[in-house]
Amino acid sequence: MSAPAPLSIYVHWPYCARICPYCDFNVYRPRGADADALIAAILADAQAHRDRLGARAAATVFLGGGTPSLLTPAQIARLLSGLDAVFPRSDDAEVTLEANPDDAAQFAGYGDAGVTRLSVGVQSLRDEALAALGRTHDAAAARAAVEAAAAAGLRTSIDLIYARPDQTAAAWAAELREALALPAEHLSLYQLTIEAGTAFERAVRRGRISPPPSEAAAALYDLTQEICEAAGAPAYEVSNHARGAAAQSRHNRAYWEGAEWLGLGPGAHGRVALAGVRTATVAARAPRDYAAAVAAQGVGWVETESLSPEDEADERLMMGVRLVEGVALAPLEQLRGCAFDAALIARLEGEGLVTMADGRLRVTRAGRLVTDGVARALCLAG
Amino acid sequence: MISRDKIRNFSIVAHIDHGKSTLSDRLIQLTGGLTAREMTEQVLDNMDIERERGITIKAQTVRLDYKAKDGETYVLNLMDTPGHVDFAYEVSRSLAACEGALLVVDASQGVEAQTLANVYQALDNNLEIVPVLNKIDLPAAEPDRVRAQIEDVIGLDASQAVMISAKTGIGIEEVLEAIVTRLPPPKEGDPAKPLKAMLVDAWYDQYMGVVVLVRVIDGVLKRGMRIKMMATDAVYGVEKVGAFTPKATDVEALGPGEIGFITGAIKEVADARVGDTITLEKGGVTQALPGFKPVQPVVFCGLFPVDAANFEDLRAAMGKLRLNDASFSYEMETSAALGFGFRCGFLGLLHLEIIQERLTREFNLDLIATAPSVVYHVKLTDGSILEMHNPADMPDAVRVDTIAEPWIKATILTPDEYLGSILKLCQERRGVQRDLSYVGARAMLVYDLPLNEVVFDFYDRLKSVSKGYASFDYAIEEYREGDLVKMSILVNEEPVDALSMLVHRARAEMRGRAMCEKLKELIPQHLFKIPIQAAIGGRVIARETISALRKDVTAKCYGGDASRKRKLLDKQKEGKKRMRQFGKVEIPQEAFIAALKMDAD
Repeated sequence: MSAPAPLSIYVHWPYCARICPYCDFNVYRPRGADADALIAAILADAQAHRDRLGARAAATVFLGGGTPSLLTPAQIARLLSGLDAVFPRSDDAEVTLEANPDDAAQFAGYGDAGVTRLSVGVQSLRDEALAALGRTHDAAAARAAVEAAAAAGLRTSIDLIYARPDQTAAAWAAELREALALPAEHLSLYQLTIEAGTAFERAVRRGRISPPPSEAAAALYDLTQEICEAAGAPAYEVSNHARGAAAQSRHNRAYWEGAEWLGLGPGAHGRVALAGVRTATVAARAPRDYAAAVAAQGVGWVETESLSPEDEADERLMMGVRLVEGVALAPLEQLRGCAFDAALIARLEGEGLVTMADGRLRVTRAGRLVTDGVARALCLAG
Repeated sequence: MISRDKIRNFSIVAHIDHGKSTLSDRLIQLTGGLTAREMTEQVLDNMDIERERGITIKAQTVRLDYKAKDGETYVLNLMDTPGHVDFAYEVSRSLAACEGALLVVDASQGVEAQTLANVYQALDNNLEIVPVLNKIDLPAAEPDRVRAQIEDVIGLDASQAVMISAKTGIGIEEVLEAIVTRLPPPKEGDPAKPLKAMLVDAWYDQYMGVVVLVRVIDGVLKRGMRIKMMATDAVYGVEKVGAFTPKATDVEALGPGEIGFITGAIKEVADARVGDTITLEKGGVTQALPGFKPVQPVVFCGLFPVDAANFEDLRAAMGKLRLNDASFSYEMETSAALGFGFRCGFLGLLHLEIIQERLTREFNLDLIATAPSVVYHVKLTDGSILEMHNPADMPDAVRVDTIAEPWIKATILTPDEYLGSILKLCQERRGVQRDLSYVGARAMLVYDLPLNEVVFDFYDRLKSVSKGYASFDYAIEEYREGDLVKMSILVNEEPVDALSMLVHRARAEMRGRAMCEKLKELIPQHLFKIPIQAAIGGRVIARETISALRKDVTAKCYGGDASRKRKLLDKQKEGKKRMRQFGKVEIPQEAFIAALKMDAD
């Protein structure tokens, strides 16, 4: 009997020194919170997962947040070695840490602690924009952090936010070209999204800021694709670009490919096979509730939902079509018990939004900005 | 049996809100028909809708025993008539059953268009009329001005008008005395002759079955008799004879001049036709009463369940309503756009609204109504005439010789300041001015208008341009030929049958443009662009394009977003049930409802 496939582990570190006005993640100000106690709870949660899932290897670990770089290299080392004791990492495991440019001094130490990849929250290379986004660092600090990550010998990714209020195409093109000149193999380029319940949403409602209309945002997206392709960093997913296949985020691919992953830490989501059924898990959101859940029941999850084969097919389609390489339809059709609407696919092909080859449905570049619409149409039809 | 000279049959003519129902209640209260505890607000308006809208839909009657100042006891039959033009025929039959009428006018408002129409009808029926000025207790009351108005406009002597406040009870006694002294008793009538009675109205009562309201002319109506309805030739045994006091109360017999009810083994209200003559099965009269007309629906529309699964419920609900309202007709209709439903005929727009509201409210059904249509007379090239009330039935253009449409005579009363806007509205709706005069400070406009333009939100527009001050009434006049064409609406090149309509050529472009603009707002963007066109035959007269969805993608989508997306999808799957598929385009139900309303012209 072959060993079960290695899984991925997501760890949510819920604290940020400052809450960004565009962010709707599950984040909190630390206010003297006990980091070591939360690490202990996360490790206990991991152990409880192992008790239910059995022995498994970890192919990827992603320390996200929040701001996990608020932790010292020693704390990260403790967390990673603790996880390794429960779910041993494969030799080539990818271990990503999301880091704030402010914490660049610790980057080398993270490498020693077992981190292999840093995702640096650059967000912008313009000081005014960084101030408007509520970031604590300036552009110089962001550049220095990227240099530091590379110098530490870590695979480096940078996050940028564009389609910002009042941003012109020319200004973005210049900023993006500068970013592409930095020593990073991977870029996550996100259009600013106004999320419900954020400070930005209130500002939009009060007319204080106005993000570009969808037509202008769409033009910025197209421009982004051209510049990145020319610079050898084409998109492999809607918002993610890499210089070559090896530079892609293996951990994030696990989500888009519908693999199995654990969600550890407050509010983390997971997808695990429990008694053979793919199950969505959600950990308690507030750190205190999470610690209490772990203390009471071992695992930190407070919600589990068994996915029906149809749910699973829907989810895998919605996630899978985000990848430029597309998604194989046959396994999904097997799950949902019926074929996707061929007439609809033909129509979408006719509109130039998708292509169908070798059993894979790919969203074209022209269609990428309506990826959700395409997925929804396919899921809703028949 | 009551002596004829002690009977007074009367109705009350009034505009909505001028106090007809309140006055009726006072009369019932004062004559002791009901104890205070039994009085619910406005006894006569039985249905919720009647009570809410302050209108009467079914004719009802109440028998009051009144001991007059002359020491004699009189039987007063108060006939509550429907107060709306849609029920003009029913009103005429109710009035024909009376000898007199109270003309109630709000002393602060004055005469309204509806008052005029009804009072003329009463005069046509040779009714004696007693003017009553209501709400004289209001500071805004101007009895002298309103009295003068009644004399000027209607030509009635208003010097003896009774001054009342139905609300506070002032003058009610005087009204009762005026009924006894100023209104005549029933003329002629011989109890020894064979039975001859008019069927005034009929309705379904859940305890008594079909109840028939009658006015006896000759002869005597008694329990156990075998009677015949002359229009249908149907024969029934009389099971119950009674009067409403206002509770249904059995009486020994109904003699000449009396108004009361009977029941028998009558299955449906449709078997009891308003205006029909009731006589004996054997040895009855051979000559029916004049004035009987079969029911003719004037306005039609399609009614469809929002959820196709409710079709059978809708059918059952229509059957039940029809039990009680024979003037409403329905037949099954299939629409490519809306699925299975019914093509329904109504006496007018208000009737349509009432039925729709009752279906929604009493039967809890969600409905889509198509644009109301009138009955067109389509003369075909082979000389035959097609009566068409559904644009979907329009024959091929080459087979059509001419099309005629019904025209109405509309009377509008309005404060002077809104006259300009109203003239413009009537002009836009192809109106032809017949008269413009002044009634005190208010303008009285008489227009010929095509009914087709009136069923299309005319009343809403009139209310809005006059801030609710204009009053409106109409009577169907005649059919006139018109340059009418069928306008189709195409969504993504596919005709949507439920949106097609017959319009006058001169109005087509404007109506087409309005519809296209509205649909553009209502239909959500799709993954491809969607043309919306209005066309006559093959010619496009208006078009709009819904641009393709440009951006519909989540920027960040990782592990935590999968559940969120799936839950959103589940909601959309639920929402899909409320979508109608047209070729490649999905149109939300709400878009149909809104497009068919078209209230903002």
